[in-house]
Amino acid sequence: MNRLATWFVLPAVCAVLAQAQTAGNAENGKKAFERVICSSCHGHEGQGGAAPRIGVKPPALPAFIAYVRHPAGNMPAFAPNVLSDRELTDIHAYLASRPAPPPLKDIPLLNQ
Amino acid sequence: MAKKANLPVGRRGFLKGAAAGAAVGVASTIVAPPAEAQQPTAPPRGAAPPSTAQIAAERDPAAVGVATAPGEKPGGDYMVDVMKSLGVEYFICNPGSSFRGIHESLVSYGGNQPEFITCTHEEIAAAMCNGYAKIEGKPAITAVHGTVGLQHAAMAIYNAYCDRAPMLILAGNMMDANERRGYVSWLHSVQDCAAMVRDYTKWDDNPGSLEAWGESIVRGYNLARTAPQMPVMIVCDEQLQENPVPAGFKGHIPRVGEQHAPAGDATAVRELARMLVNAENPVLVAGLSARTPHGIDLLVELAETLQCGVIDQKRRMNFPNRHPLNQTLRQRAAIGEADLVVALEAWDLFGVVNAIGGKERAQARSLLKPGAKLVSITATDLFFKSNYQNFFRATEADIAIPGDSEATLPLLIEAVQREVTEDKKRAYAARGAKLAVASKAALEQLRVQASYGWDARPISTARLSMELYNQIRGEDWSMVADGFFVSNWPQRLWDMKKHYHYVGGAGAEGMGYLAGASVGAALANKKYNRLTVSIQADGDLMYGPGALWTAAHHRIPMLIMMHNNRAYHQEIMGLQHMAGLHNRGFEECRIGTTLTDPNIDYAKMASSFGMESFGPVEDPAQLAPAIQRGIEVVKSGRPYLIDVVTQGR
Repeated sequence: MNRLATWFVLPAVCAVLAQAQTAGNAENGKKAFERVICSSCHGHEGQGGAAPRIGVKPPALPAFIAYVRHPAGNMPAFAPNVLSDRELTDIHAYLASRPAPPPLKDIPLLNQ
Repeated sequence: MAKKANLPVGRRGFLKGAAAGAAVGVASTIVAPPAEAQQPTAPPRGAAPPSTAQIAAERDPAAVGVATAPGEKPGGDYMVDVMKSLGVEYFICNPGSSFRGIHESLVSYGGNQPEFITCTHEEIAAAMCNGYAKIEGKPAITAVHGTVGLQHAAMAIYNAYCDRAPMLILAGNMMDANERRGYVSWLHSVQDCAAMVRDYTKWDDNPGSLEAWGESIVRGYNLARTAPQMPVMIVCDEQLQENPVPAGFKGHIPRVGEQHAPAGDATAVRELARMLVNAENPVLVAGLSARTPHGIDLLVELAETLQCGVIDQKRRMNFPNRHPLNQTLRQRAAIGEADLVVALEAWDLFGVVNAIGGKERAQARSLLKPGAKLVSITATDLFFKSNYQNFFRATEADIAIPGDSEATLPLLIEAVQREVTEDKKRAYAARGAKLAVASKAALEQLRVQASYGWDARPISTARLSMELYNQIRGEDWSMVADGFFVSNWPQRLWDMKKHYHYVGGAGAEGMGYLAGASVGAALANKKYNRLTVSIQADGDLMYGPGALWTAAHHRIPMLIMMHNNRAYHQEIMGLQHMAGLHNRGFEECRIGTTLTDPNIDYAKMASSFGMESFGPVEDPAQLAPAIQRGIEVVKSGRPYLIDVVTQGR
């Protein structure tokens, strides 16, 4: 039974929890994203610029939150009093909602 | 012989009078004051009204000087003759009374050759010389007015100094206190005029006679264009310019001979050749290596002989972007793979071979693998000064070869070719093939990156860059802006091959460079009928918007695409970093860092300067037709500006 719990039940619980966590509000996320000016480095679409791309396919939410709290390099740390986990979840949802770019073959300007 | 005329009238005043009908050549004639001076305010009751001469002196303190007699020439005429002998094309200035003698000689006697290019600020003028030199490879002249004009020009001179760009700076000054023309002349005179820029010019002089002036200008011209190329400043005493040449003056103009760059030591070069030939994976790093167009050819020849990777730091155009051996897009990986790194006029070599973390600047981590060797060839080792820190952090090179890298490359190539065997060539070919695959993959990855946010509003900097490139790539184009503020998209994605395809950015990263330097580069491109384009950062333009007027006034054709992110974007990021460190909110980081409320309408601004324009463009679909229209105007010989509202980077 314990082994069953380990292999089947726990992952299911985690999946449910993860789903709940990622159920951020993209609209609120956009507001928070712009409020703390994430766009200055990552672009308004999270497409990257002075900092790497985070839009369309952001890192998994736990890793995303962990990194924002303790970033590497030049990125400033965002403490919970500045951006709550809830807001980060919303931002994550906003980033994930960004449309994927057209395939390269459909952008002639990038094929020259 | 000239008459000393400490009267409120002189040559300049005389000429004014001449226009009103006075007889030319009567130097001591007291001319009528200007029209506005003929209507003085009422004198105090009981006081005698001022004479017309007193009024003229008060209102026009410039109207003092020494008149030339018929048949005499002022010293300024000789100065113009010397400048002509140098083959200098342009005299790029904001006018100033302390060099009015040269100015008048240039336009009245010299037929405006070198051509006077009118600027609205000395910083713009000096920046124009910087941009001009990077295209044309030789100095232009800028003249500055005594103390205040030189203070205005100072930052642009520092940019050129760090950028290894030659220019000749002439500074007007009145050394003899007894000859100064009132209080303004005192304020604008200085004992040691060059002192304020001595730390960032290669040489300066304050000649006391016309003969010495001629010698100093020619010496300065030669020094400025000898590697390492830098600005040189010569003080021009007002009396030398304005007064008649002394009796017996022969007007000798020193000859301008060939000037060669110093190559590195031959023994060291042979040793380096052996190291390169036997290295498993050598990498060449080029910063300011290609001083001339030929410098690109030399670097290609060396790289192809060895089939080794090249990293082009793009302080100049050193190596073709799409060359299969170009490893710039994977710089860090290429450095990490190398067993020999050869730096050619590298820019911040320490930063090339070390990872420098944002929070741990003092704890840099070497990117070189154990045992890798580092060799540096640079003319900077022959000449640098102490105060300003543009020599960067010291790098522990295994071999340092002081000398100009472009001048050294022919010797190095010859030595390498002598050492290369057929077996080596086969191994090199395999190495080159691997590098070609790696560079192609890096380019594909970059293209994918550029596609994100393609249709975004504000317009992405990648979209802006590629829309522009798409319209110019079939032309003989010249990109004269630094791509740093648009995430370096142009120098990463455009097919750049020629030296004028890219000229790097501000040597000292001093803001306000691009507005002037891009117009100066366009001025140099004009006679070659190249299509000059620039992506102009908004914050930078606002330091010297008058550059637009100069472009319009002198019909300097160029297409300016505004990168209008409505902010000093770098500073927003800097404040955010501080806020993060201090565990505070980020909302306030816009205070003092943005250019909004009101938004600046750059199209209207350009229009007010007489430059045709369009914008603001907020829809990326509008870019192509706007650029096409702009190119039509530029091809007709006029500048054009398109205001594009963009993302931050």
